[in-house]
Amino acid sequence: MESHLCEICAQKQGLAVKSQIPLNELLSTLLAAQSESQTEAAAETAADVRCPVCGMTFKKFIQKSHLGCHNDYKAFGEPLKAVIQKAQNGSLRHRGKVPAAAPAATRDQIRLINLRQQLEEAVRNEDYETAAKLRDMMESMQ
Amino acid sequence: MIPADLSHHVSKWFDGTGPGADIVISSRIRLARNLAGYEFLGCLNAKRQAEVLEKLKDTLLTLDLGEAVYFIDINASTPLEQDVLVERHLISRQHARGKGPRGVIIAPSESFTAMINEEDHLRIQVFKTGLQLRECWQQIDRIDSAIEQKVDYAFDPEYGYLTACPTNIGTGIRVSVMLHLPALKMTNQIDKFFNAARDSDLMVRGLFGEGTEAVGDFFQVSNQVTLGVSEEQIVDQFVNLIVPKITQYEAAARQVLLTQRSEAVDDKIQRALGVLKNARLISSQEALFLLSHVRMGINLGRVDGISIDAVNELFMLTQPAHLQINSGATLDADRRDAMRAKMIRARLCTN
Repeated sequence: MESHLCEICAQKQGLAVKSQIPLNELLSTLLAAQSESQTEAAAETAADVRCPVCGMTFKKFIQKSHLGCHNDYKAFGEPLKAVIQKAQNGSLRHRGKVPAAAPAATRDQIRLINLRQQLEEAVRNEDYETAAKLRDMMESMQ
Repeated sequence: MIPADLSHHVSKWFDGTGPGADIVISSRIRLARNLAGYEFLGCLNAKRQAEVLEKLKDTLLTLDLGEAVYFIDINASTPLEQDVLVERHLISRQHARGKGPRGVIIAPSESFTAMINEEDHLRIQVFKTGLQLRECWQQIDRIDSAIEQKVDYAFDPEYGYLTACPTNIGTGIRVSVMLHLPALKMTNQIDKFFNAARDSDLMVRGLFGEGTEAVGDFFQVSNQVTLGVSEEQIVDQFVNLIVPKITQYEAAARQVLLTQRSEAVDDKIQRALGVLKNARLISSQEALFLLSHVRMGINLGRVDGISIDAVNELFMLTQPAHLQINSGATLDADRRDAMRAKMIRARLCTN
């Protein structure tokens, strides 16, 4: 038998009334669950990928959370990227110090990324003088 | 130099003399680096691990670091010696109990250490008393660049400095401040601090003790994200935002305690002093807990006749390994508790 009760009557009959979950909350929970399962699925298919340099498998890395050698970062490709993105608040690109011995192209590339971000920040803060300087610096490098 | 030479005095980073040191005890920056051409520690055989150790040890011992540095072979150290270094925060517990050829380079002022073959081939750290993160960064950046001239670091244009665990890649930087937050704890606001920290992707741990639980209201706050932000940005975030905010909360809580609950505060401080001055057996945990109240009392001007130096000294020298190495014997827990109580009584009653 179906009966329609108001909130108060339902409580009187001992029925718990759950407040509705806000849509945005529901959506983000669902999305998180989905991306989680996607990551897991990707990790599963990658489990047996083995680094030719050190012999480490992706599965072993997931268990131990430590990589075997530098080449693992290439060998484990996309599934590792997903792990990094999760651990690093969505970031996938270095923006800091570069060794002096690194090729000039690498240094310039990272410097350009840094400048671009500073430029965006200056524009956001309506600091157009700084923004113009940053733009000139970027142009002189390109 | 051996660990026992360090064990009679307070580390400089804990001496309470730095800027804002009543709340921000000290600042620390650590960089994780690995050598190109060598596997990470988990896949490195003993022979190659020894090679990495020799290479980095030779490099660091010949660098001009502003003061003479010395090397301690952790693999050849006794567990007690290792624990003294852990208690002084010069090496990690993981490094102490690791395996194979490994060591640490230490500056006598203890403001600089370099762990070789810990989780990464090299982990350099700079410590300073009080809030001095910018100074820490300048110093460690200079040291790192000097090392870089002599060895090839593993570096990737996309991912930056490569580390054994992806949670450290990019800058490899861990910026930390050690905080004393007794008033936030006493006014039940510490959860607010934890939540705010978590929302800003920060890691909070206890400063003393083995687990994550903070004994004696001492906390260590560190950045978690190392990729996609520059070292300066992380340091600036601490100096301009995080630390001022926490300091402001703690100072406000201290003020509230003083104006509205001064009896409760005095009661806490005096009870702590009562136990510390009279106990015959005291565990390391209890000592930290009570000394924390006394430290707060001194910083609030509620304690006469006891110097902050005496309290800082007791924090450091009553830790288990320090007690044992200074007494020249391995002691069981009961003997340690008795000796600790005696040492505290002697220091506080004659002060």
